[in-house]
Amino acid sequence: MLRYIGRRLLHLISILIGITFLSFGMMRLAGGDPVTYLYENAGAAVSQEVVDRTKAEYGLDDPFLVQYGRWAAGMLNGDMGTSYVSHRDVYDTFVSKLPATLALTAVSVLLTAALAVPLGILAAVRQGKLPDLLVRLFSFVGTSLPGFALAVLLIYVFCIRLQLLPTIATADLGRSIVLPALTLAIPMTAKYARQIRAAVLEELGKDYVAAARARGIPGRAIVGRSVLRASLLSIVTLLALSIGSLLGGTTIVETIFMWDGVGKMAVDAIDMRDYPIIQAYVAWMAVIYVAVNLVSDILCWYLDPQAREGGGPS
Amino acid sequence: MSLIRRRRDRAHARLILFSILLALLLAAALFARSLCPLDPNVQDLSIVRQAPSAAHWLGTDRFGRDVFSRVLAGSTVSIYAALALTAVTAVTGTAIGLLCGWLGGWLDTVLMRLSDLFLAFPTLVFALAVAGVLGGGIHNAVIALAAISWPKFARLARSLTIAQREAPYLMAARLAGCSPAGLLLRHVLPNILGQILVAAVLDLSTMMMELAGLSFLGLGVKPPMAEWGSMIDDGRSLLQTAPWMVLAPVGAVFLTVTVFSLFGDALRDVMDPRRQTS
Repeated sequence: MLRYIGRRLLHLISILIGITFLSFGMMRLAGGDPVTYLYENAGAAVSQEVVDRTKAEYGLDDPFLVQYGRWAAGMLNGDMGTSYVSHRDVYDTFVSKLPATLALTAVSVLLTAALAVPLGILAAVRQGKLPDLLVRLFSFVGTSLPGFALAVLLIYVFCIRLQLLPTIATADLGRSIVLPALTLAIPMTAKYARQIRAAVLEELGKDYVAAARARGIPGRAIVGRSVLRASLLSIVTLLALSIGSLLGGTTIVETIFMWDGVGKMAVDAIDMRDYPIIQAYVAWMAVIYVAVNLVSDILCWYLDPQAREGGGPS
Repeated sequence: MSLIRRRRDRAHARLILFSILLALLLAAALFARSLCPLDPNVQDLSIVRQAPSAAHWLGTDRFGRDVFSRVLAGSTVSIYAALALTAVTAVTGTAIGLLCGWLGGWLDTVLMRLSDLFLAFPTLVFALAVAGVLGGGIHNAVIALAAISWPKFARLARSLTIAQREAPYLMAARLAGCSPAGLLLRHVLPNILGQILVAAVLDLSTMMMELAGLSFLGLGVKPPMAEWGSMIDDGRSLLQTAPWMVLAPVGAVFLTVTVFSLFGDALRDVMDPRRQTS
């Protein structure tokens, strides 16, 4: 177990270096000089001397690798530069907006699990019957709409036609989170209900299920005790894999619903060419994604007795 | 056997049906400008935000432009940009995967580590940043999404190539004096192309939705050009008074993605009847 985690951590370090290097380098390659942007955003025209002095002040005339090293270290000690637009500390801005995004992500994942697992099992147990057909229809429609189109449709139905929920985030967080979370959860539910259905169907076709049936154990107990547990592994993997699309999806959903998280912050920053914010956002999102995948891999390895006995996945 | 054959016949019938639908869609997108009943870019401020009628089938937008014509004109960009994106991604990824799988060694290690790195970024987060840095526009949106999507195809092509490397027919070809480039391009590539094509077609709808997402955020086409993602963004503030401005492009996206994915499913079932969608 420890050796497996150790190997994964080693791999993780090389990935982290790559992620930060790419995030940092991308913004530098973008062309354009940060100091010029800084003064352009402030609406001031300045002489070359002032530009040079400001560059020295921010350490922008150091070699690229030195700048990268300082920035990457800043990820750890909380100094990732200053926004070109608001002139506020990038790290503080990011940290202050992260909880909103994490809350939205967590609610969406829980909602997905709460919807997809029962729907998938229902469809598998009633294969070919009406519930199965309805779940499959829902799966199909849910995966054929991009997130932003779904968001707009939900707003049209729930806010304008039925007037049940607020269009944009208000002080009433409980009601405000419903539509953003649904927008993120519906496509995932659609996708995973189908895969959970397939996983459960495969499990139901195995010999031990037939044996349990022959012994007179009621179907409900077989599904509840054995089949569900065996399918748990694929469900955990699926949910972890969904974090990537979820984190990307929050940019669009937060922008639409005015949810004040890091996704909306990034979209606003791109409009303003506020590179320090974009850099920090891209790097941190990748780090979070990698961390979630690592945890889920370890969790799966722990849940899967075969892999545990065999010494772990390679 | 007969079960498999019956499935294959049904899959063939489905493939023919969805091929026809896809061809119609592509033709409509190709000739969109000449099919438009009205000019999609002409503004007429005397008829702004009119509900659907006989004169304007899907109503008019905030500048009095005909929504039906704009949805039709938008199909050209929305559909062909997605096709171009998928083609660029699949070709680049396959070329890299073929080389890595065939040559192995340090080139393989370096490129696969690089693909690990790109796979560590959430797709849209990365594409958003790259498109933003490059300054928006549909070309930059395509570049941004291709830059993050190639590892999928590189990994697929690599594993398929490795599986072929020791195949008897390749040894025979080698003994017959075939050059390495000839082996790779005339023997390995044709053998793995089918599976890559299926993967590319199945990816088409995802690519289209991601591209539309970037357009929706203002990183795709520039106004006044019609494109579905940006039309939905444009109409969203008028959802209360002119919902057709949004519902029409949403319907168009849904229809196109549906045809793409049904075609992809049918193609996969024909190529590999054992792996059926049940």
